[in-house]
Amino acid sequence: MEELFLSFMNALVIGVPKFFFPQIDPFYTEELLPLLNIGLYNSILLIIPSASIGFILGAILGSLQTYANPVVAKTATIYSQIFRGTPLVLQLLIIYFGLPAFNIVLSPYFAAVIGFTLCTSAYQAEYIRGALVSIKKEQTLAAYALGFSKFATIKNIILPQALRRALPGCGNEIIYLIKYSSLAYVVTFYELTGNGKKIASLTFRVLDSYFILALYYLFLVSIATLLLHYLEKNILSQQ
Amino acid sequence: MTKPILSVRNICKSFNKKEILSNLSFDVQKGEIKVLIGPSGGGKSSLLQCLNFLIFADSGEISFKGNSINPKKPTELRKYRQQVGMIFQDFNLFEHLTALENVTIALRKVRKFTKKEATERALKELTLVGLQDKTDHYPAQLSGGQKQRVSIARALAMDPTILLLDEPTSALDPELVNEVLQVIKKLADNGMTMIMATHQMDFAQNIAHEILFIENGTIIEQGSPKELLCESQKLSRTYSFCSALGIHTGEK
Ligand SMILES: Nc1ncnc2c1ncn2[C@@H]1O[C@H](COP(=O)(O)OP(=O)(O)O)[C@@H](O)[C@H]1O
Ligand SMILES: [Mg+2]
Repeated sequence: MEELFLSFMNALVIGVPKFFFPQIDPFYTEELLPLLNIGLYNSILLIIPSASIGFILGAILGSLQTYANPVVAKTATIYSQIFRGTPLVLQLLIIYFGLPAFNIVLSPYFAAVIGFTLCTSAYQAEYIRGALVSIKKEQTLAAYALGFSKFATIKNIILPQALRRALPGCGNEIIYLIKYSSLAYVVTFYELTGNGKKIASLTFRVLDSYFILALYYLFLVSIATLLLHYLEKNILSQQ
Repeated sequence: MTKPILSVRNICKSFNKKEILSNLSFDVQKGEIKVLIGPSGGGKSSLLQCLNFLIFADSGEISFKGNSINPKKPTELRKYRQQVGMIFQDFNLFEHLTALENVTIALRKVRKFTKKEATERALKELTLVGLQDKTDHYPAQLSGGQKQRVSIARALAMDPTILLLDEPTSALDPELVNEVLQVIKKLADNGMTMIMATHQMDFAQNIAHEILFIENGTIIEQGSPKELLCESQKLSRTYSFCSALGIHTGEK
């Protein structure tokens, strides 16, 4: 998978320009771009599980905040407060460097994924909760009148409607996640930004390294935006 | 008289210390059609919602086919609610589902029909209410009358023993009222047991076996349309209420 991805990206961003501009500065084709492509692969490895698990966890947390008994609801709210109220860098540092004190030792990759997932789920929970409370209570009454249980009502009637309403906010959070995934370097996981920094400091080609790095993020965010728009169109148009 | 299908005893309900249902009792026989009328705010909606425990009464008892319902037992309550269909004033269709899915979802999730069984059954009910060509429409794409007919199909698909209808036509534009009344008339002709709140007095007179006039949370008058609405009953509260609404009354 990694090989396939790398050969595709290398062909796309190195092979093609080289074909049209054979005189291109080898700093790009031999050093910067190959390393950024590896970084891009690692970034995607971080973003996809963090975004999807974080979204599902957020949906569960948001539902608990809204519908669970007061103790559980309060706990979910406090969780959300803590992760939204403290810097993500600090959360990552605690997970990677702090947890070993309790004999929990995580690889840089897992530390980063767990940190991002927990943090993003706290934000997603807020979007979901807001959407849940916006669904009219008559929808619940109609379901109860048909013999639905409370759980079945939330799962089949309320959540599907709330998710449609929450989608724009949730999508925004995924775009934020793409950008703050660059913090993985603090737990020594080298994704896009980590690799970009490495090259920049080794070669002193700071400006062009960071400029191209920025283009990579723009590329990632553009793809995510397209996907989210597609989802929104296809789900939201049903109403 | 045979044993009533639904028996309501001494229902009381207060909101914020204000009593809105005070000690209501009545029986409903199989196949009987009861019509609730009375001024707005009198307690008709609250009463109907108490009947299937969308509102929990403060005291009183509701028995269905001779068994007292204990709403604190979730399984028992859900079983009961499945047999008591509810039609709301504002339709309350599930906004994210098509007309067909609105009818199939409870069949699948509550009655555990397969998708195919549920679809067949739903099509049958949607055909009954005349909406077989609107199955793929979302509520937002339907007129009020069509929405209310979908909601009737949704309730009927559960094979209810009794239907509760809370002013099913009062949110509709006048020209759409009839299509819904026709469906309800069809149910009445088929012997469906119903309790219906309405301001459509002509229609009520036509189908009601008994009218309950409800004001300030109590039954002020009750009787057959004939007893309450004929000329010789000019002094009845029901009669004067209807005349005040400018509704034509009289023996039919
Ligand atoms: N959830 C509620 N909280 C407080 N008061 C309510 C609530 N629901 C209904 N009421 C009050 O109960 C009374 C009866 O209302 P309702 O049952 O809707 O009457 P009707 O359907 O006959 O118009 C009204 O005074 C209304 O304001
Ligand atoms: Mg009402």
